Amino acid sequence: MNSLFLVWSYLKSKPLNTVLNIVLLALGIAVITVLLLFNKQLEEKITSNAKGIDLVVGAKGSPMQLILCNIFHIDFPTGNINLNEAERIARNRLVKNAIPLALGDSYREFRIIGTTKDYPELYHAELAQGDWWKNEMEVTLGANVAARLKFSVGDSFESTHGLTQGGHAHEEQKFVVKGILKCANTILDNLILTSVESIWHVHNTHTVEDSVSDESPISFVPSKLVPSHPAGDSTKEVTSLLLQYRSPMAAIQLPRIVNGQSSMQAASPAFETARLFSIMGVGVDILLGFAYVLVLISSISIFIALYNSLKERRYDLAIMRSMGASRGKLFLSVLLEGSTFTFLGSVFGLVLAHGIVVLMSVLVSEAGKTGISGIVFYAEEWIILTGSLVLGIICAFIPAVQAYRTDISKVLAGN
Amino acid sequence: MVTVKQLQYSYRSGHILSFPSFSLQKGEHGLLLGESGSGKTTLLHLLGGLLKGYSGNIQIDTTELRTLSESKLDTFRGKNIGFIFQKNHLISALTVEENVGMAPFLAGIAVDEKKTKHVLAELGLAGKEKTSVTQISQGQAQRVAIARAVVNNPRVILADEPTSALDDKNCDRVIRLLLDLASKHDSTLLVATHDQRLKDKISRHILLT
Repeated sequence: MNSLFLVWSYLKSKPLNTVLNIVLLALGIAVITVLLLFNKQLEEKITSNAKGIDLVVGAKGSPMQLILCNIFHIDFPTGNINLNEAERIARNRLVKNAIPLALGDSYREFRIIGTTKDYPELYHAELAQGDWWKNEMEVTLGANVAARLKFSVGDSFESTHGLTQGGHAHEEQKFVVKGILKCANTILDNLILTSVESIWHVHNTHTVEDSVSDESPISFVPSKLVPSHPAGDSTKEVTSLLLQYRSPMAAIQLPRIVNGQSSMQAASPAFETARLFSIMGVGVDILLGFAYVLVLISSISIFIALYNSLKERRYDLAIMRSMGASRGKLFLSVLLEGSTFTFLGSVFGLVLAHGIVVLMSVLVSEAGKTGISGIVFYAEEWIILTGSLVLGIICAFIPAVQAYRTDISKVLAGN
Repeated sequence: MVTVKQLQYSYRSGHILSFPSFSLQKGEHGLLLGESGSGKTTLLHLLGGLLKGYSGNIQIDTTELRTLSESKLDTFRGKNIGFIFQKNHLISALTVEENVGMAPFLAGIAVDEKKTKHVLAELGLAGKEKTSVTQISQGQAQRVAIARAVVNNPRVILADEPTSALDDKNCDRVIRLLLDLASKHDSTLLVATHDQRLKDKISRHILLT
């Protein structure tokens, strides 16, 4: 026999009421926690994926699209940029590092990215097996790609033109898997990496290539972006350039140079992701508001339940006083009852939320690709738990005062 | 054990009740007789420390109740006084055994399950320990209430109209049970009633007018 047992017995004696209140609160808490889990992880993913990239240069169009396409690999490219023009930017003294990206092909739902080793190095990627790509038509797979496609080193596949499924296949050229990356929870997990030359090779659109390389065998100046290729080639194209600044000064000057003096545009990942968050924020705020309304309704419901049950329990309270319970003890036991309600509600809510996120990451393939996990816990969840205890105390306060003020003699005499 | 001297209690309405002085020795039982409204319940509540603010003296054992602070009075009541009311007022969310266990728990005494079992057996409730109190008969419920009142071995048992709703046969059984238990647990029993049937069961009469 202890206070908690007594409280538990009272809750058990009205199972429907108790379950309703707990479920109501649990739903509200679950919505808040799901949003917390998604938002936090998305934010972490986005900032970690954009880390180290100061500026993205690509064809003119929407800057947001440029960022989404070239950093998060979600949206479609804005178009291509001329290699020669890209090199001019890459050679600028304000640029510390420039990484070319050539998009355009995919396999199943995964994109094939033509780039240089600098790109995986940006994310400190490590190999799980095999090796990096070296020659044309060799690829290194992201961990998730390899897992989902069940590919291993030595396998080969034909890419499809375009970034969606159902494009026409490049049947004559096969890619060969040279290596597989370790899973690092970055965007690389979902990419197929190869050289820029491979992408050019597959498309092979420019037949003038031969004449260009014929002219300059003696004074071969390698391209800064694609070293196997001579510099100043205006017939080749890439999709974008990822730039790292050499000095803070570059943040002011480079975008202006790119936007003003070329046919390309520059977009800042930091600025565009902030804009993206503020757009998403509206939806999140509405859902959050809905969750708070749920929590509010459930607290009112808990308050009413306690208030009513204490009216019914006036005799119980008086009897307990007659058996030696002090006012303080009854006061505390009602507060305990309120907090037990909300504590159970929030524990179920948290469990429900993690369950939902786990289910989503398994069932919805898009959610699975973002790498959002349900088995991640945040310090904010402690705040939710403690907050729920405080909420319980607030809901139970007026009923507890009622219990405290019960006039035992009057209740017992007035049968 | 119980000593009342020149006791007066004034209601909030201004109505003043005066009680006759009396005292009961250890093990002596008393019957508090009087019409409805003569203040029997008020006197029992005063003796049990449920009502405060009286003038005169009330001593239980050697303790003057007025000298105790509210929380001391609660503890004192839990340990020394057992109440039996006309209605049983059992806690419906709990089982028979748990209802009886509430008395030591609330008085701050360790709950002794063997003792609980023993007291329940004395009252013919063996085997009902785990039954919910919503599933037992009225008579059984009253015996549970009696068990709850005596389980702490209180010095004084105060019973308010324990028999007035009962037929002759049950009235007889309940008062026998109370007297029997009070002697066994060495308690002083004070029964307030207007039930004339009890007059010849307890010889010491205190008349309220």
